[in-house]
Amino acid sequence: MPQYLVRLAQTHESFRKAELEALAELAGIDIRFDFYDEDSPFCILALPSPTAAAILIHRSILSLSIHELWAQGTDYATLHASNHAASSIFWPHYATSSFRFTLDSYRGSRSTATQRTIIDSFSYMPLNGRIKMSNPDLSLTIFEDFATGSHEPRALYLGRLLSLSGRIAKTTYDLKKRAYISTTSMDAELALVTANVALAAPGKLFYDPFSGTGGFMVAGAHFGASVWGSDIDGRSIRGKGGKAKKDVVSNMVQYGLTSRYLDGFIADLTNSPIRGARGPGEDAARGGWLDGIMCDPPYGVREGLKVLGLKRDPGENRERLACVDRYMEEGYIPPKRPYSFEAMLEDILQFAAVMLVVGGRLSMWMPTANEEAENGEEQKELSIPMHPALGLVSVCVQPFNKWSRRLLTYRRLSPDEISPEALSAMVSHKKRAHGNGQNADDLNDFRRKYFQGFKEPET
Amino acid sequence: MKLLTLNFLTCARKACKSTTLAFPLRPKDAELEIVEADLEPLFIRNILPRVEWEALRTLCQDLGLPQLPPAAPEPAALFAPNPSDPSIPSDKLVRPGKEGEGEGEGEGEGEEGAPTQTLKDLHHVLLETTIREGKLVCGNCGHAYAVKEGIANFLLPSHLV
Repeated sequence: MPQYLVRLAQTHESFRKAELEALAELAGIDIRFDFYDEDSPFCILALPSPTAAAILIHRSILSLSIHELWAQGTDYATLHASNHAASSIFWPHYATSSFRFTLDSYRGSRSTATQRTIIDSFSYMPLNGRIKMSNPDLSLTIFEDFATGSHEPRALYLGRLLSLSGRIAKTTYDLKKRAYISTTSMDAELALVTANVALAAPGKLFYDPFSGTGGFMVAGAHFGASVWGSDIDGRSIRGKGGKAKKDVVSNMVQYGLTSRYLDGFIADLTNSPIRGARGPGEDAARGGWLDGIMCDPPYGVREGLKVLGLKRDPGENRERLACVDRYMEEGYIPPKRPYSFEAMLEDILQFAAVMLVVGGRLSMWMPTANEEAENGEEQKELSIPMHPALGLVSVCVQPFNKWSRRLLTYRRLSPDEISPEALSAMVSHKKRAHGNGQNADDLNDFRRKYFQGFKEPET
Repeated sequence: MKLLTLNFLTCARKACKSTTLAFPLRPKDAELEIVEADLEPLFIRNILPRVEWEALRTLCQDLGLPQLPPAAPEPAALFAPNPSDPSIPSDKLVRPGKEGEGEGEGEGEGEEGAPTQTLKDLHHVLLETTIREGKLVCGNCGHAYAVKEGIANFLLPSHLV
């Protein structure tokens, strides 16, 4: 297969490969990574054709462009030699095409004069067409990759531009320009990446059980999926403001995505009204009807992690509870209690296992304290929640100072991929006591560590 | 709240999950509103097999909407015959219902050919007909969930959790 150069954005490094792999799966394209490094914005892929390359990249958020790889080298001498050897077959085709050369130096810079010298060093190529800086037929880019602090590039590539990526959407959906957001709205770039990794596409149905101000729904709808969501906090769905009301719907209007937004409703994942959410029994081997689930569950730090129910068991006083005769009144707000983070993750996985179509994806964000993650690979793997009906597809990490959050992506396995032993073991495994009457810190390890500044308490 | 959404929801109480009485939720004092939406033919085609047709018929009846056919339309009835695609036998393309209306909208034309009136009718029922205000009542426990400004509230009081 011919080789292509992807110019990646040098940000959210651990998400980049997962995104490219997801896009390849979505488009049904064979993909092979011939060169990929977290420390480099250049990635070499083997792909079936230039058309496939353009399709692969057109909705990517973490890459900038894809190029047909014409030459590569470690200095200009080897680059020119490689150009002669590998790409001279392309030259006659472009003999009379309009063209331009550009220089893309990563972690280095060149003066205008040097740039010109570099570009002129390619004058041996028989390009007799007009030089045209905007929209030429042939756009060649010389890529230079400098090691930190070095004055000479460590790698060089020459490529023909095939297609720009979909990264412009990052600007279009920027939270700063979005009418309705809240303190915990997901950054537009990462929400779009989440939608890519979850394989959001036209004709599919996507759901967010913690929809908030609808960031994931906007991202899913941008890629053509029809979306709906729910939240336990009705205020987030209803929105705010009188005449100039700002809500999830107004966000969809802002981006022209209203016809892909189905509905938002108020519900609690542990008491979900979704048809089939509890399955016939707890039978996770049955296929569902959601194509994808994207969510950023509450971490219990900036937003409370709560479910329906009473904090303390009322015991014998149950029938005297105010709710019994008041719940039908206008403005009644059902009581909520703190919930365990681990239990919630289990609930999400169980929900996804029951509700997703085979091959459907769950993309879920999850916070971790960094020391936990640094205790070696083994520990790290252990803390990723698993379900017998879900296969882990990718783990992407966004590091912060003392904690990080991870985007975990799972694929609903087909019935013959699911081990019946594991499934029955899980069903019989009695759920931990996610007790009543415990406070939020007892229930949520991450929250406790967060507010202790991630220090081990002195003993 | 769209009728499609309602077709995907049932009573939130755990006790009601195992009975067939709880689905579909029955609208009460419903105030309907038609909200126009662009046609998404591909989505309708994909979602149709996931819709509980019988429940949708009951719902339309409850709301006094035009009667739906007894069985869900076949996927082939959603798109007009595409002359360039000989793989679809012509007898599969006989459409129930009206003919020759609303054609000629270029939007949503894919490999399948132009959307038929059947598809447009489905689109109207599932995605453009919405419940603005009212209640959704569980046929098993009788609990009524309120719909306000198109947003349904499925939160349960603690004695029903």
